[in-house]
Amino acid sequence: MSGPSGSGTPGDDDTGPVQDAVRRPTLAVWKFASCDGCQLSLLDCEDELLTLAHAVRIANFTEMSRAKVAGPYDVSLVEGSITTPDDALRIREVRANSRLLVTIGACATAGGIQGLRNFAASGAYAGTVYAHPEYINSLDTSTPIAAHVNVDFELHGCPIDRHQLLEVITATLAGRRPVIPGHSVCQECKGRGTVCLLVSGGTACLGPVTRTGCGALCPAVGRGCFGCFGPADTANTSSLAAQLRRQGMARVDVSRLFRTFNAGAPAFLEESVAQGGSLPVASSVSVRPGPPPETP
Amino acid sequence: MTHGSNSPRVIGVEGISRVEGEGSLRVEVHDGTVTDVALEIFEPPRYFEALLVGRHFTEAPDITARICGICPVAYQMSACAAMEDACGVTVDEQIGRLRRLLYCGEWIQSHALHIYLLHAPDFLGCADAVELAELDRGVVERGLQIKRTGNMVMETVGGRAVHPVNVRVGGFYAAPEPAAVAALIEPLTRARNAALDTVEWVAGFDFPQVSGDYRFVALRDGDRYAIERGRPASSEGLDVSPAELADLVVEEHVARSTALHARLGGRDPYLTGPLARYALNAGTLSPLAADAAARAGLGAVCTNPFRSIVVRAVELVFACEEALSLAESYTVPPRPSVPVTPRPSSGTGATEAPRGLLFHQYEIDGSGTIRWARIVPPTSQNQLTIEADLRRVAQGALELGDDELQWRCEQSVRNHDPCISCAAHFLDVTVVSS
Repeated sequence: MSGPSGSGTPGDDDTGPVQDAVRRPTLAVWKFASCDGCQLSLLDCEDELLTLAHAVRIANFTEMSRAKVAGPYDVSLVEGSITTPDDALRIREVRANSRLLVTIGACATAGGIQGLRNFAASGAYAGTVYAHPEYINSLDTSTPIAAHVNVDFELHGCPIDRHQLLEVITATLAGRRPVIPGHSVCQECKGRGTVCLLVSGGTACLGPVTRTGCGALCPAVGRGCFGCFGPADTANTSSLAAQLRRQGMARVDVSRLFRTFNAGAPAFLEESVAQGGSLPVASSVSVRPGPPPETP
Repeated sequence: MTHGSNSPRVIGVEGISRVEGEGSLRVEVHDGTVTDVALEIFEPPRYFEALLVGRHFTEAPDITARICGICPVAYQMSACAAMEDACGVTVDEQIGRLRRLLYCGEWIQSHALHIYLLHAPDFLGCADAVELAELDRGVVERGLQIKRTGNMVMETVGGRAVHPVNVRVGGFYAAPEPAAVAALIEPLTRARNAALDTVEWVAGFDFPQVSGDYRFVALRDGDRYAIERGRPASSEGLDVSPAELADLVVEEHVARSTALHARLGGRDPYLTGPLARYALNAGTLSPLAADAAARAGLGAVCTNPFRSIVVRAVELVFACEEALSLAESYTVPPRPSVPVTPRPSSGTGATEAPRGLLFHQYEIDGSGTIRWARIVPPTSQNQLTIEADLRRVAQGALELGDDELQWRCEQSVRNHDPCISCAAHFLDVTVVSS
């Protein structure tokens, strides 16, 4: 324990040898542009948190601790997207200091809701929010971590599921691949016995194309899935979009449905463009062109 | 400490820990006087007010929830209130009660997180709660148990603890089953008792003797402790509608921050949050919470920001008790939501996030498309007061060595449970001295 006058103050890296009798692996948590919800999922592991803190050495987790241990780190969990020139450099340092880098959440894996700026004219957003956009040093794009550095594993969700997070940490420490399913929410609804909203009630639902992991929460309360976990491994978005159109949904609404927290995930991005949504403006965001617009 | 007479003493923290989001702190001291303080917010801006334009009004609760993973319900509730105001809709009483229950869950989760994991380690000289657990595992487990109960309430009513899925403009997608709500009674009873123990525990901490000259602003809701609704009021007699408050609050953009600084009437800094709510609404606390406050020696108004942890613990007792009462009296509402039809209009919604007043304003058109949005989070409103606190605290503690002074300054910022993720449109600590 270090008192207020002791060591362990921020900025004073403890570069000394690890004191543990058995060397525990080090875990670091890094935040980029995000809401903190995914790292909160780690603190939400109320039953496991103290046990986890014994199994690993939490070496850098600003939201939780003043203490910082210098890298390199065995595992880094990265939350958030890259939206500033400084962060584009910082993520390279994190990568260089991490044996394994795992991204957590829709911001880190797809650019997040703030990725909607990718579709706006350069500088338009800053001018809307700030009186002096010149004070703001921000990129015109919000991009996933994998667009900048090599990522070892991506955990999806807005927010991520804490049980899946524990599986990723456990598997990573055990040196095996995490077992995280890539099938759709649709299959999970069938497993729960939830009546299909799309078929029975004509409710717009992204369940057929969205990755499972949440537990199919929305259909269980009578609400169509809105795609928090991003595209499933084999997402037939055009087939779903066609069905939604047949049910009378306007193209703009279909496009909007695909364009929320995972707007930058390729399958959702392409479908939103195919449904008439604007193309990303910034050159660093690429998209395959969609099929020609339907004639009304 | 000896410092050259020409070079200032600088206390700085790049990346304040145990707060939500990214900020830094800088205090500059010349010849024994604090000359400059800055709470710098370098959290990258996410431009919510811009990206909401063009979206459907029904999407605002889910999109704005993503501003903050710690207080998503606050964002959802303020967004719903603003849209319902714009559309001229009032929800049924039973829907309102369910919203209050959900919001109590967030208060319990957020206050337990802040008291046990973020703030208490400062008072006990620990870097974090893990170190605190090495001193007293039972106490940390008690905090985690309270926090888990808050999450259970959010999962039962909201469908999920982080970014609940069951909230919609007009109410809920589905009302929870009575059995699911009844299952909350036992854990809430335990959490309430643990919250009473929490008040006693934190009341025994050593508090630096500091007193702030605060202008308090909080919602008032008749004889109820305001959470999910109310009229903005101040310690100087303000009593206005949320829309009138929104007109009074002027935000300025300064170079050091991606958060906007709010002033009342374009002039006066003010403080929202637990200290403000307690000062303005203590008379509406339940007897049990009021008694806990009295035994903790709080008095009618608490102006020592370090004792905000005691006020937060009293609010924790209240939120547990209130949630318990709402769960015990729960019956399924006749309908889970009321229909809301868009019209060309504007609306304002204000609620009490765990860390302070949060208001949203929107303009929508006849198709329900959002044309303009303004979101004013608690930390933007509190930022100038947090800086004033930092100046006062640092000036009174200059005899401390640099490391201790730096820690004291960080603690001073954490007193207000700032949410930087929220305020960026938003925090870092440096102290400079000579």
